[in-house]
Amino acid sequence: MKMTYREAVREGLRHVLKSDPRVFLMGEDVGRYGGAFAVSKGLLAEFGPDRIRDTPLSESTFTGAGIGAAIGGMRPIVEIMTVNFSMLALDQIVNSAAALRHMSGGQISVPLVVRMATGGGRQLAAQHSHSLEGWYAHVPGIKVLAPATPNDARGMLVAAIEDPDPVFIFEHATLYPVEGEVDDPFQPVDISRSTIRRAGTDVSIFAYGGSLGKALQASDDLTTAGISAEVVDIRVLRPLDEATILESVSRTHRVVVVDEMWRTGSFAGEISALIMEKAFYDLDAPVVRVCSAEVPMPYAKHMEAAALPQTANIVAAAQEILGRHG
Amino acid sequence: MAEFVMPSLGADMGEGKLVAWRKKPGDAIRRGEIIAEVETDKAAVDVECHINGVIERFLVEPGQKVPVGTVLALIRTAAEKESSLPVPPAPAAMLTEKPTPAAPVKAPAISPTAPAPTAYRPQITAAESRLRISPYAARLAAELGLSLKGMAGTGPGGAISARDVAAAASSKQSGTGSAVIPAIEADTPHVRMRRAIAASMSRSKREIPHYYLSQAIDFTTALDWVTSENGKLPVEKRMIHAVLLLKATALALREVPELNALWEDGRSVQKENIHVGAAISLRGGGLIAPALHDTDKADLAELMQRFRDLVKRGRAGKLKSSEMTDPTITVTSLGDQGVDSLFGVIYPPQVAIVGFGAPMERPWVRDGKTALRRVITATLSGDHRVTDGHQGARLLVAIDRILQEPEKLR
Repeated sequence: MKMTYREAVREGLRHVLKSDPRVFLMGEDVGRYGGAFAVSKGLLAEFGPDRIRDTPLSESTFTGAGIGAAIGGMRPIVEIMTVNFSMLALDQIVNSAAALRHMSGGQISVPLVVRMATGGGRQLAAQHSHSLEGWYAHVPGIKVLAPATPNDARGMLVAAIEDPDPVFIFEHATLYPVEGEVDDPFQPVDISRSTIRRAGTDVSIFAYGGSLGKALQASDDLTTAGISAEVVDIRVLRPLDEATILESVSRTHRVVVVDEMWRTGSFAGEISALIMEKAFYDLDAPVVRVCSAEVPMPYAKHMEAAALPQTANIVAAAQEILGRHG
Repeated sequence: MAEFVMPSLGADMGEGKLVAWRKKPGDAIRRGEIIAEVETDKAAVDVECHINGVIERFLVEPGQKVPVGTVLALIRTAAEKESSLPVPPAPAAMLTEKPTPAAPVKAPAISPTAPAPTAYRPQITAAESRLRISPYAARLAAELGLSLKGMAGTGPGGAISARDVAAAASSKQSGTGSAVIPAIEADTPHVRMRRAIAASMSRSKREIPHYYLSQAIDFTTALDWVTSENGKLPVEKRMIHAVLLLKATALALREVPELNALWEDGRSVQKENIHVGAAISLRGGGLIAPALHDTDKADLAELMQRFRDLVKRGRAGKLKSSEMTDPTITVTSLGDQGVDSLFGVIYPPQVAIVGFGAPMERPWVRDGKTALRRVITATLSGDHRVTDGHQGARLLVAIDRILQEPEKLR
């Protein structure tokens, strides 16, 4: 069965709203407008204003309300329009949601799900286009997911609702119209493991979210050049599934990490450091990061494209560390 | 000056530990004499010298573990005059000795007749010149016991990559292949033995396309003959039937010499002498297959005596280096375990292995009548790159024929 990423998220929401009366969705424009990305279109009519709640432009407040509701026994899903705006809720997230279980000696859990759009590529310029999921992956006490396919988007949302701790889901905004195969019948997706999207022997390309498609395209392009590239979808940024990454490195000995974050302090840097610490003697070439240029995301289409990691950059990086130039 | 290097005592050996020197600097040594004792992952081995000369100096101390190919000693060959060899100071001394300060010394007059100092350079190690090599390539090279000297790098920035190590390994005749085995924490002799077997057998199964043949052989006549011969012999000289199998295999190889070969440099090289490697299982697990030299030429009594000696020394870890490296084929027998037949895995760089099961009582049709006979199953695993079933079948049929006339085996 095929559906778009947008439909898949909506199906996931519908599934959890139906199966658990404690679940409700809140965020800016999620009700009457149907969501900034039309994800929740139709849900207000179906589930009513008690469960699909529009909020004011106040990320700190409604995220904090979500935390309170979760502590009070509800299963809130908070939608923050883009990751850029989530900075306003950072205090609630880092100081409350992530810390409460630890600070209460395990007495308080915060079964909260926060969804937000991330990433560039839609000409929305600096305040709507950044990728900051790596910042959240820095914080212990929360889970950070980055589904790249409709099936993961739907299945991870359901797994997130079942999790007793705060789960943050980053949906790359360019993915919403992308269509993909989903499991029928529906099954939850394991939110503890990365997955190998394509097996290969010469180089491992680690990617997630909006970069996965580019990594797969790069793998296709490399195949025609006689290079077998393994594509690993990181998809769970915290807790990071180290085993899958290290196993892949032990097979291919060469690594390209693709990440839409800025290179300095990027999540790709974390993966790179992990490999250095635990798989150094498996490396046959330096790890290469393909990240965004260190600029606020430009508006102009060609400049935005130049600032973001692209398939050609991934191909060139792989060829470089293989000592083959295309 | 000739170099005596850490020998490769089998395709699965990457490094060896020098246990003891058996000679002293200044001693004369002849080809074939034991110069050192070396411990490999599989056995302690008395290493024979392959150079005639006088031992100049030792470069490795007992107790050190070094990769195959490391220079262990310098030997002055007969062709080199003693006088032309000023002994260079030991490299360690050069590093620790402080230069004597001040006191002006007259430069020694250079006599045109004075011999030029012999260019002896200590082994070049990676520490002396900065080497660009990937961690994985360095690990592989260490595991394979390959020297990085002169290895060309094709990786990023001209660094030596795994591909370059693999290329160097395959171009090196010893061809230890690219066996990559996971590191095992505990480094007991047993673990090292399993690791060595794992490396060579994985390589065999990866690289050698095996074909398998089997032949049931009426072994009754041969067994009866052994029994009657043993009746005439004192206990310590009695034979076991395995010796007949070794000898019969060696004689059959004369008829099918294609199987008496080693895979060297990507092709099969037929060997003149037939050195059957006899697989010996060790107490505590593992096995070795040292050579019975010129198996086809020795009579049964001598073979028995040598086989007994080989088993004893093999189990005590006291084999000679030539016995470890010379086998041209392996014969393995699980007769005492009672299995019908076994199909062996070829030990590289050999191209065939012959296996024998236990003699079993079987109904057997002979001259149109069913009789109870003792039957043994002979098998052959052959390297299909080198031979086909046709040659393999000829070998097994020849073994069968030879075993029917045991009195001719002597």
